[in-house]
Amino acid sequence: MAATTNGTGARVLEVTDLDTRFSTPDGEVHAVNSVSFGIDEGESVGVVGESGSGKTQIFLSIMGLLAKNGGASGSVRYRGQEILGLPARELNKIRGVTMSMIFQDPMTSLNPFLRISKQMTEVLVEHKGMTEDQARARGIELLDRVGIPGAKARFDLYPHEFSGGMRQRVMIAMALLCEPDLLIADEPTTALDVTIQAQILELMADLKRDFRTAIIMITHDLGVVAGLCDRVMVMYAGRVVEKGAVRDIYYRPQHPYSLGLLSSMPRLDQAGATQLNTIPGQPPNLQALPEGCAYQDRCPFVFDACRIDEPGLHRIEAGREKACHLEALPDRRAGAPDASSEAASSQTAVQEGQP
Amino acid sequence: MFAYAIRRLLVAVPTLFVIITLAFFLMRLAPGGPFDSDRVLPPAIEKNIMAHYNLDLPLWQQYLKYLGGLVQGDFGPSFRVRDFSVAELIMSGFPASLQIGGTAILLAVMIGVSLGAFAALRQNSLTDYSVMGVAMVGIAVPNFVMAPLLTLVLGVYLSWLPVAGWGGGAFANKVLPIVALALPQIAYISRLTRGSMVEVLNANFVRTARAKGLREQLVVVRHALKGALLPVVSYLGPATAAVITGSVVIETIFDIPGIGRYFIQGALSRDYTLVMGVMIFYAVLIMVLNLVVDLLYAVLDPKVRYT
Repeated sequence: MAATTNGTGARVLEVTDLDTRFSTPDGEVHAVNSVSFGIDEGESVGVVGESGSGKTQIFLSIMGLLAKNGGASGSVRYRGQEILGLPARELNKIRGVTMSMIFQDPMTSLNPFLRISKQMTEVLVEHKGMTEDQARARGIELLDRVGIPGAKARFDLYPHEFSGGMRQRVMIAMALLCEPDLLIADEPTTALDVTIQAQILELMADLKRDFRTAIIMITHDLGVVAGLCDRVMVMYAGRVVEKGAVRDIYYRPQHPYSLGLLSSMPRLDQAGATQLNTIPGQPPNLQALPEGCAYQDRCPFVFDACRIDEPGLHRIEAGREKACHLEALPDRRAGAPDASSEAASSQTAVQEGQP
Repeated sequence: MFAYAIRRLLVAVPTLFVIITLAFFLMRLAPGGPFDSDRVLPPAIEKNIMAHYNLDLPLWQQYLKYLGGLVQGDFGPSFRVRDFSVAELIMSGFPASLQIGGTAILLAVMIGVSLGAFAALRQNSLTDYSVMGVAMVGIAVPNFVMAPLLTLVLGVYLSWLPVAGWGGGAFANKVLPIVALALPQIAYISRLTRGSMVEVLNANFVRTARAKGLREQLVVVRHALKGALLPVVSYLGPATAAVITGSVVIETIFDIPGIGRYFIQGALSRDYTLVMGVMIFYAVLIMVLNLVVDLLYAVLDPKVRYT
């Protein structure tokens, strides 16, 4: 087990060599490629990457929610029990009970035809065998807890009678009903206004403290990770390219992609910076990954080995892993400007080098 | 919601007026009259008959007289079925049509929705393709082909069921017409249900329901079915009206004393009042059923509210 943790208790989830494939008319899509990680009780881990990097698919695989044309292999252990490929009947003893997930779009993730009360109580009636009255009391208590004013009066409303931020609060309350020890949040703030985002993140931080729930935060917003998470996992083209403590990765990224992501963040403290940095090029096609490193065409530091060998994830220091042939990157603050100018030149070099 | 229903019914009055007017004049455009094909009558007698039914008046006066009768709830006498008023004929034909049609549509909803949901849950499987293939055949084969085939197999070859006739309303006599009437509806409703069910099953909120660890049965029945039924409900309004007012073809093939038969007989023999009466009856029924559909929508979809 390569992953080290800052968590306190026992391991909640252990994922080993997870592969997720989708069969499409155009061929097989390799959405997740041998991803391994673990998370301990009370810990929070950020999963960061561009759209299409496979970050959501990892967790849909774990929850048994993949689309019909998808399949996952490898191992997912929840508290030591293998749960990958379990039939829905068995999986239902875990999902929604001790392992919950909230989704990106609160507008469409709640059932528009059912009252909030029904959507909440059904979980407790189903899993905890509560009576309707007990379940109502508990549901209202949680709505109150996630900061919905007048929870009792609003309990029987329909989703469309709530605003976006309120709906996401309802989703969170719903996920917490059975006091799960693992909460998977898939871009919970992406569809919300910036001010609402901050409130939701604050709420998540509160819950993390109060409930001691382990949280996995899937996001492309590095700011979200910085505020909430202990560790980060950076994904690219369905692979983990760097893992480590949040502080370490933010201040000393060791993978060129992590560096690229961080340099692409707009910074208020850089006076005179008039242009946003971007990573040149496009994410690769998951149906036809290149030989060698998936990031080679966009990497400013690319060299011969990158085009031949796919770099494996290896330990570079305590609690730190990366998948890159490069020994070390220049220090971020000194290296970033250089890196971006180098990026431009190496990009042209790449294009010239191709026949 | 009550006020809304009242308003809708009031709005229906002008619509109905337009329908009546159009139907009245269109029918008079057709050549011939109710008493043309009979043996040649002495001119004096023919004149008397025309006068009796107001057919000697200018058209606009006939129209006004007819409207005047309607306002008092009088559909007039039938021109051809002597000694019967149009209202009597409709009331004598409707029960049979309603029984056959109502049962057929109930059967179609139950079987169609189940088959459609079943196929959607096994999307792109052999089951799905076979159910939908059979349904396609059901839609494509017209009932004037399907009904004689059913009669031939179940009635003539196997002698399980009477070939035709009402038999005073005996159950055995109703089976074939009900089945023949329901089959295309089953086919249509199952395809409709499958389509919307497939869409709903891929919706984010169904994924949420699964993520909550609910039993598949709850996911399908509580979370998916309600949304999937909306298109079916809107189809059912006009479909019910069409089926319970009597399928002309089915009632003719099975010799059922229903309302659809009067419509055809009336049209062929230029029985003006009878055709008008059935038309108006049909129009009112469609309007009422459409209103029922709209009110049902409010029950099914909480976003729809009428004030």
